[in-house]
Amino acid sequence: MKTVRYGMIGEKVGMTRIFSKDGLVIPVTVIKCGPCYVVQKRSQEKEGYQSLQLGYGEIKEKKLNKPRLGHLKKAGVPPLRFLAEFRFESVDGYQVGQVLKVDGFQVGDKVDVTGVSKGKGFQGVVRRYGYGGGPATHGSMFYREPGSIGGTDAERVFKGKGLPGRMGRDTVTVKNLEVVGINPERDLLLIKGAVPGPAGSRVLVRKKAL
Amino acid sequence: MDRARVLKTVEGAFLREDLPQVAPADLVRVHFKVVEGGKERIQAFEGLVISVKNSGINKSFTVRKVSFGVGVEKTFPFHSPRIEKIELIRRGKVRRAKLYYLREKSAKESRIEEKREE
Repeated sequence: MKTVRYGMIGEKVGMTRIFSKDGLVIPVTVIKCGPCYVVQKRSQEKEGYQSLQLGYGEIKEKKLNKPRLGHLKKAGVPPLRFLAEFRFESVDGYQVGQVLKVDGFQVGDKVDVTGVSKGKGFQGVVRRYGYGGGPATHGSMFYREPGSIGGTDAERVFKGKGLPGRMGRDTVTVKNLEVVGINPERDLLLIKGAVPGPAGSRVLVRKKAL
Repeated sequence: MDRARVLKTVEGAFLREDLPQVAPADLVRVHFKVVEGGKERIQAFEGLVISVKNSGINKSFTVRKVSFGVGVEKTFPFHSPRIEKIELIRRGKVRRAKLYYLREKSAKESRIEEKREE
């Protein structure tokens, strides 16, 4: 796992466009980012590495099971929906129970955003793996099929062979997206370009350590 | 936590409320900033609005004029900060929203638009 300079859990709000100072249209994804609570600190001495466990998304107490609730109570934070661990390069400045806000990011920062991509259902090999398929006309009768899946000498199909199946709903990270706007009052982060997952889904935003 | 409303607040900061509403068949002069050789200047484009698309921050409109016998169309994002101002010269009366048929008709006779009485 990459160490981060700063990281937060957020929720994808959706996409829109804004104008730059020069009047160029910038496509942006709006992410509601934080407030995140520091739930646990992992240390070099105890766990062998440094990290912060962050939590986001206040929910009702009854929505959580008792072990999770106890874990959060110990940190002195409200019941939270999501927990995620970030390997901060330095955890010294942070205390358990502390609140992290979007202002830890700056306009112009490059961030990596992790989310769970939209499920595409059961897809064939053309859509799922980009196979070329066959010619559409001239009586080919071979349109979107995978073709041969192996030779006779191997007498088996090799592992990792692309075949039809469930596509999407994978954890996807998009790297080096630019932060183009921050709204600390509303906890909003504006990121240039698209981000995996449907609106309302959980995303992790990481600013990489150099 | 209404997501659509959150998006509206983000877009709200970029909406231009100082510009007049444009409608199809309006004759307009759009003053917009162009960068030429590193320098910025204002260029006017006068013509007929033949389409207005989308709404909110995505709103755009297409202006058509005939320049030296050649039809020229330019599409502007309505809320672009590059638009200095829009002059409304004349409002036209038409019965459809998109005036793409003017492209074929470009002979002067068929291009007559009536003024609308308010």
